[in-house]
Amino acid sequence: MSLLDQPSSPSLSGGGMTRRQAWGLVGLFAAAVIVWLVFAVWPDWLNAILISKKAFVSAILNGITLAGLYFLVASGFTLIFGLMRNVNLAHGSLYLLGAYIGYEVTSRTGYWLLGVAAGFAVLAIVGVVMQVFVFRRLEGDDLRQTLVSIGISIVAADLMLAVWAGGTYQIATPEWLDGALTLPIITAVRSNGASVFLTYPLYRLVVLAAAIVIGVGLWLMLHRTRVGMMIRAGVDDRAMLQASGVNVHAVFAIVFAVGAGLAGFAGVVGGSALSVAPGEDVRYLLASLVVVIVGGMGSITGAAIGALLIGLAEQIGLVYFPTYGIVLTFVIMVVTLAVRPQGIMGKAR
Amino acid sequence: MSLAIATDGTTPRQNWLERLGAGHIILAVVLVLYPLVASDFFLTQIGGYSLIFGMMGLSLMLLAGYGGMVSLAQITVAGIAAYAIAILGNNNSNILGFGWPWWLAVPFAVLAAALASALIGWISVRTEGIYTIMITLAIATATYYFAQQNYAIFNGHSGYAGIRAPAFWGISWRDPKPFYYLCLGLAVLSYAAVLYGSRSTFGMTLQAIRDNPRRMRALGYHVTAHKVFAWLLAGVIAGLAGVLLVWFNGRVSPGTIGVDAAIDVLIIAVIGGLRHPIGPFLGAVVVILMQTFAIDIVGAERFNTLIGLVFLVIVFVSPDGILGLWGRIKPHLAQESLRPGS
Repeated sequence: MSLLDQPSSPSLSGGGMTRRQAWGLVGLFAAAVIVWLVFAVWPDWLNAILISKKAFVSAILNGITLAGLYFLVASGFTLIFGLMRNVNLAHGSLYLLGAYIGYEVTSRTGYWLLGVAAGFAVLAIVGVVMQVFVFRRLEGDDLRQTLVSIGISIVAADLMLAVWAGGTYQIATPEWLDGALTLPIITAVRSNGASVFLTYPLYRLVVLAAAIVIGVGLWLMLHRTRVGMMIRAGVDDRAMLQASGVNVHAVFAIVFAVGAGLAGFAGVVGGSALSVAPGEDVRYLLASLVVVIVGGMGSITGAAIGALLIGLAEQIGLVYFPTYGIVLTFVIMVVTLAVRPQGIMGKAR
Repeated sequence: MSLAIATDGTTPRQNWLERLGAGHIILAVVLVLYPLVASDFFLTQIGGYSLIFGMMGLSLMLLAGYGGMVSLAQITVAGIAAYAIAILGNNNSNILGFGWPWWLAVPFAVLAAALASALIGWISVRTEGIYTIMITLAIATATYYFAQQNYAIFNGHSGYAGIRAPAFWGISWRDPKPFYYLCLGLAVLSYAAVLYGSRSTFGMTLQAIRDNPRRMRALGYHVTAHKVFAWLLAGVIAGLAGVLLVWFNGRVSPGTIGVDAAIDVLIIAVIGGLRHPIGPFLGAVVVILMQTFAIDIVGAERFNTLIGLVFLVIVFVSPDGILGLWGRIKPHLAQESLRPGS
């Protein structure tokens, strides 16, 4: 088949595959460089450029674990946005509310896992209530839905300030999650030949593992179950899904419950690793926004890629150019919009 | 979507008084005479402040009402002008402060704001619809965090203080009355410019693009260029508002351009109404009166709950804000007045 046969669709011709292969090669090369950077003992010149291996590897690990947290928050946001075209700007408030609830439950009962469960369950209910009583009334009017979610976030932030005041809380983690793990990564070699291994907080690795498990679970739910099929169909064409006899409102409620519940879950988990304070809602809202813009709406894989990029950018920025760190996040967003306006995994409409 | 208010062209061949309309003339007289009755507090804290935030709302109204692009970054654009004034002019934070005279600093500050706005516009018009609100919110939040982190340019958390409105023509523009008239003058100027611009060829094209971008593209219009130019114009208005804001406050810090402030501007524009340039000013007066006096009703602590609830009610009840409410009540009033006669 010659190129002249399909002059208007170059993506269908052979050019698309080679470009993909080229990107694959670039990706493999980058992965190899990163693996070498993480596991090799660094020569002195590299230590001189990148401060120290410990700083670099810590930044990478912090970035990846933070990405896990961002993914938990943003995956709900992206699903809700993809399915309902509802930019829920109160999503950050859901995170913060989940964190506060987790704190209350954990400190009163003493069981951290109960706090995590409560964070998920309560916020899932809150999500369903928001969907049924607020957003369903404004269906099809996405600007008003967004405005309403802004209103809700203002009121929620103020009421949370009234209840929990402006102080900083830390959710106590159980003993079996405390402590640090020694990783098989050599950060330096002492003069007597002994290797110094990197130690890293166990809890953060658990957060990362939880994020991966939940991410895989979400992916399986979306791609292997009937509800997931409906959700994916709804992301692509909501009207058609409704026309084929599916109760879309039930699907919306499920997605909102899962999305809000995940935000609450992330709140408890994040509130244990970091801290709970007013203003965190804005931080996680920004993360969710950028993750969705970069990753593409309605895509779990996109959310994972976006979260990884933003988490790494934030932590690497924090170590290497502390006062310009946020610019890196900004640049990632702008470059994505310039090259692929629909996001990395987003579908062009 | 009814465009009755936004686009109804007045019939030509009228004298200028008729063309202005009775409403505008009464409003102008009231605003000019306002300082005679108002105390200094009402003059600046209510009058001047409302006009400044009205201008920011106006820049948002221009984008949202005529261009269909709801931006949450207008306070960021205004903040860039404010920071530029602090950096180019004088401040007493001992950082930067080039000491330029006001007539040099102000045009550069407004230019910087307009260019920043055009850049934000260029980024956000890559996508359409509800994405704009997300992208502009992300930009506003990122700028806020950047201003907070960065000490070399933004002087970090504390920002700049000690910025004074200039004194020229023998008038100290920091005094309440001159400052009020300065705000009024600039607000009227931008209001008139937006009203005139909305009926110009560019304004009409922009509104057509809002209603059907594909058709306009097919007709040969450069859709992106028109949208970005609208952002540039909105940036000029927001930049002027930013200059006034920094003169009003005497200081600028990351808190000035925070997410709360960004949302405040949106609230002002939405409560007032996005269909007509007068809406944002109306919204600004309402919100700032509430901000000032709600403290007596609900206490300073819970003000945000009140404003959030009012905002929610407005969005639910009347999507077009106070202007929309008025548009809905007006026919009923007219009918009431007809009833006794019939």
